[in-house]
This record gives sequence, C-alpha cells and structure tokens, in this order.
Amino acid sequence: MTKNQPLLKVDNIFLSFGGVHALREVSFEVYPGEVFSIIGPNGAGKTSMLNCVSGRYQPQKGEIAFKEKNIIGMKPNDRCKLGIGRTFQNLALFNHMTVLDNIMVGRHHLMKNNFITGPLYWFSGARKEELAHRREVEDIIDFLEIAHIRKSIAGTLSYGLRKRVELARAVALRPDLILLDEPMAGMNLEEKEDMARYIIDLNEEWGMTVIMIEHDMGVVMDISHRVMVLDFGREICTGLPEEVMENEQVKTAYLGVGFDDDIQEKSGEVA
Amino acid sequence: MASAHSRMRCGEFRTTYQADMTIFPTPLARRVAIGSVLLLLLAPLVLNAYYLNLMIQIGYYGIAALGLNIVVGFTGQISLGHAAFFGLGAFTSAWISNNSGIPVFFTIPLAGMLTMAVGLIVGIPAGRIKGLYLAIATLASQYILEDFFARADWFTGGSSGAMAKPFSIFGHEMYTDQSFFYVVLFYVVVMFVAGANLMRSRDGRAFIAVRDHYLSAEIMGINLNKYRILSFGISSFYAGIGGALFGHYLGFVSVEGFTLVLSIQFLAMVIIGGLGSVMGAMFGTVFMVLLPEVMEFGVYLVGSDNTALTQALAYIKEMAIGLAIILFLIFEPDGLSHRWKMIKNYWKLYPFSY
Repeated sequence: MTKNQPLLKVDNIFLSFGGVHALREVSFEVYPGEVFSIIGPNGAGKTSMLNCVSGRYQPQKGEIAFKEKNIIGMKPNDRCKLGIGRTFQNLALFNHMTVLDNIMVGRHHLMKNNFITGPLYWFSGARKEELAHRREVEDIIDFLEIAHIRKSIAGTLSYGLRKRVELARAVALRPDLILLDEPMAGMNLEEKEDMARYIIDLNEEWGMTVIMIEHDMGVVMDISHRVMVLDFGREICTGLPEEVMENEQVKTAYLGVGFDDDIQEKSGEVA
Repeated sequence: MASAHSRMRCGEFRTTYQADMTIFPTPLARRVAIGSVLLLLLAPLVLNAYYLNLMIQIGYYGIAALGLNIVVGFTGQISLGHAAFFGLGAFTSAWISNNSGIPVFFTIPLAGMLTMAVGLIVGIPAGRIKGLYLAIATLASQYILEDFFARADWFTGGSSGAMAKPFSIFGHEMYTDQSFFYVVLFYVVVMFVAGANLMRSRDGRAFIAVRDHYLSAEIMGINLNKYRILSFGISSFYAGIGGALFGHYLGFVSVEGFTLVLSIQFLAMVIIGGLGSVMGAMFGTVFMVLLPEVMEFGVYLVGSDNTALTQALAYIKEMAIGLAIILFLIFEPDGLSHRWKMIKNYWKLYPFSY
C-alpha cells in the first residue's frame, strides 16, 4: 500500500440513537504510519466514531473502508483479522484471568488449535503453537515493561497497569490500525509520559497506524501527526496540530480562548 | 553441595517458557497427582463394595459436573438441563449397544458425541439470550428431553426403562464394582486432563474471555455465538460420557433418575466446588456425594436403637444437608477449590503468612 492510499477511509458517516444524532456527516482519512487524534468535548461522538470503526455500532449511513475494503456490516470479531485492534475507555480486561492469559487472548485469531486439538495438548501440536505465541507475547510484555505482573490476576492491578495490559492485549492482535480510546485518562504525569513513549514506539518501530482519542492536549499536540475535532457529532476541523490549535471554531467549542499560549508554554516541559 | 542445593529450594524457578506452561504448577504437584492416581489403582484391592460404589458415583458425577462447570463456571452461562443430557448419554449408550453389534467400549464415546450434537442444538438459544432467560430456555430443554425419555419406547423402553449391557473389553465383562472402578478411573483421568488442557489452550481462554467481558472478547476476534454454543456442546459431551458410565454401571437406565433435581444437584456441585475450576468440579462432587453418607453415619451413631429418633433424624439429615450447603456458600463463596489454593499457599509460604 502506497503512502498516499488511505489505510482507513471514513465517508459521510451518520449514526443516531433514536432522536440523538451521535455522528453527522463525519468523513476522514487515515494514512499508513500516521498518529491520528480525535478530540472534542464530552458527548461529541469520539467514542461512537471508534465504535463504528471497530464494529460495535453500525452507522445508518455512510461508508467505512479499511485497506480499500468496505467493512460496514462486518462483525467486530472479523475486523480484527483484517487488522483492526482497539483498547477501551473504561477498562475492559478479562478480570479473572492472569495478565499473560489476557494478552494470549489477543493471539486468538492468529492461533489454530481448537476444542479438539487443545485437549490433546501434547499430541496435537497445540503445545508447540502455544509456546510459539507465548514467545511473541513475551516480546510485547518486555516492550510494555509488565514482566513483573505477568502472573497477576488482571482485576487486582492498579489502574495505570491495567491500562498498560489493555494496550498489550491490543498489540498482541498485531493490528495494522490500533484504536486507542483515552489511553492516558486518569494517569499521573509519569505514567502519561510512559504511555506517550509506548504509542510513539508502536507507531515508529512496530509500524502501527494509530487513531487516538485523548483529552490531554499536551500529549495530543505533541505526538499526533494530524488531529480531527468533533463537536455535537460534526467534524469541525481536521489538520495538523498547529492548524487545529489556531482554529477559532475549535477554541470556542473545546479548547477555550487563549489556549494556544498556554499549551505552547507547557509543551516545552512535557516533551 | 549441588545435591544439597537441589533439595533445599526456596521456590520454583523456571528458565524456559516451556517449563512455565506445564499442566501442573510444580513438580511436587505433579508427583502428588500421579501418586494419588497410583494409590487409587490399589483401591479395589483394599476397599469394600460400599466405598467403591461411592467412588464410582463420584467418578461419573464428577465428569458430568466438570462439563457443567465448563458452561457455567468458565463460559458464564447457566444450564438447568444438565441432568437431561446425563440421561441422554445413558440411554444412547444403552440403545446403541443393545441395537447394534458395537461393544460398550465404543458406545460410551459415541454416546458422548451424540449428546454433544443434541447439546449444540439446545445451545443455540444461548447465542441470543443470557441470564435468567437462558435459564428458562435450558429448563425447557430439560423437560423436553425428560418427556422424550418417557414417551420414546423404541429408544428408552418408556416407563419400564432400558437395560444396559455391562462394560466389556476383549470379551471380558466388567460388571463388578472392583473392575468397573478401573473403567471409571480411566475416564475420570482422561476427561479431567482433557478439561485442564482445554482451559489452558485457545478455546478455553476464549470461553473465559466470553464470561469476563464479552464486548472486548468480540473485539479480540472471538465469535461470541460460536463459543457460547460450543460450550454447551462440550458440556453435553461430558454429561454424555458421565451418563453412559452411569448406565453401564447400574445395568439399567430409567427415566426417573434424570429429573430437574439432579440438574440442580449438578449446579450445587460446581458452585460448592468452585466455579471456573477444573478440580473444583471434582471437589464439589466429592462433597455432594459424601455429605449424605456422612450425615447418615451421624444418624446411625446417635440413634441406632431408637426408631422414633431415627425417623426424626432422617428429616434433620435432609435439612442438615441444606444447611451445610448454605453455610458453605456464605463462608466459602469461591468454593472448595479456592480453599485448596489457600492451603497450598499456606504450605508454600510457611512460616510466613504472605
């Protein structure tokens, strides 16, 4: 796929729940290798947009093409085979499983053993397969620095660690496009910096295209290549971070007047 | 020096992923498990028929309870029709062995597979409905199958029941408690090892994922409908095997044995043993099978020569069983398998508390 072919093309999406119009005429394109952020006030439709891409919601109108293939109507579990992975805003780990098993679930669509070969573990090659995937998973564990908790039960971990495990699980899918829904919500500065570094590494070293929803403008403006702003389900501006910060409409709707002076002072420290 | 080191370990250290993925967590656990199976092999030589009968009961009920634990404990669904599948396995194995030349040795797994097929069909609603609604749907399957058993004379012998041939291997009939014990032991070991393996491989993890967070399971590429229905299928397979063993052990299968009460008892077994634990199914079954016997023994001790008291105690016994279960749920809601884990931890960490 060439650089100028979009990896994801969202065209004129319309999504409503009864009388509530969650998304209206939203269109955007994400190119391979980008970090694309979606920002906007609460209830603007950011998560709804991600849900349309990952398959939780089916929009009433519009088209979503991933790798030039229309994915509207496709079930969420089939989309991950195409290469779409995601994390959730509210933690959605498998709370009674160990961290390791949580991440192994991410390998589900890449594995072949089943309810017949699985029970015959030693004789059917299931063990060999499990072992091979365990190695892959350990690479991800090393990368996200969660080796010390790999045998902990996910539900017992702290918030920051759970967020990281969720990211690990999404990375284990080996997606081409990873959707991150507020990866830094509720984290302290140090955890945020770590998370920002992981996202940059995922993008640059692992070659994943990232779509991110985030409220921390320092992070968004620092690590995104392009930003889209939603307000009341409408796209009000898409462009480079600097362009978005300058946009009057965005200031009124979300950032607040006088925001850019503030962020420019701060961005020096955060980076 | 080296040997002293190898004997005095302060923990388990693994240097390969392979060593970290064994079915038993530690070498000691493996030795204990293999040792206890070897010990059980000697049981028929020393124990009398009464104890063997109890152990055989624990065996076939345990297999069925593990099946129920896969659907209830691991996949987080509910089934009130497990006894019907248990019965279907018993009737199917009896019917196949009576009506074809196939020896009982093969009819038991065949009965398991046929029960699984029926379980997959009955499980279809599980793809759509959850919770109490699913409970009612499975209740319907319980009654439909029970009614079928009562009416399908050609299959079950109707109200008069069906005869089941004894288990035979190489023309050697195993109808005594001593010999059938080995058959049940073989099936228990195979089915429990298979169950443990299933739960640590791809599809087992998918079941737990569906239970813990079905929305994110779906995003992780797990087909919810497939796994919800499949868990019913696998659970029925276990029920079918357990039922077939039951049938060939008693030599006679009758419809009265597979009522809703037995379904509830299976549920009690997995809840008491520990939802979502392979060994828990066995612990719960041991508890449920032995509790009445222990109570009976208590009654015998207290009032063996007083008829009025014995009668009163019979009622108290029934109530005491209920009370024991309630107390259990209050003080050990995670089941016996959780208690077992705590004991192991205590042992591992002694003399420290954590």
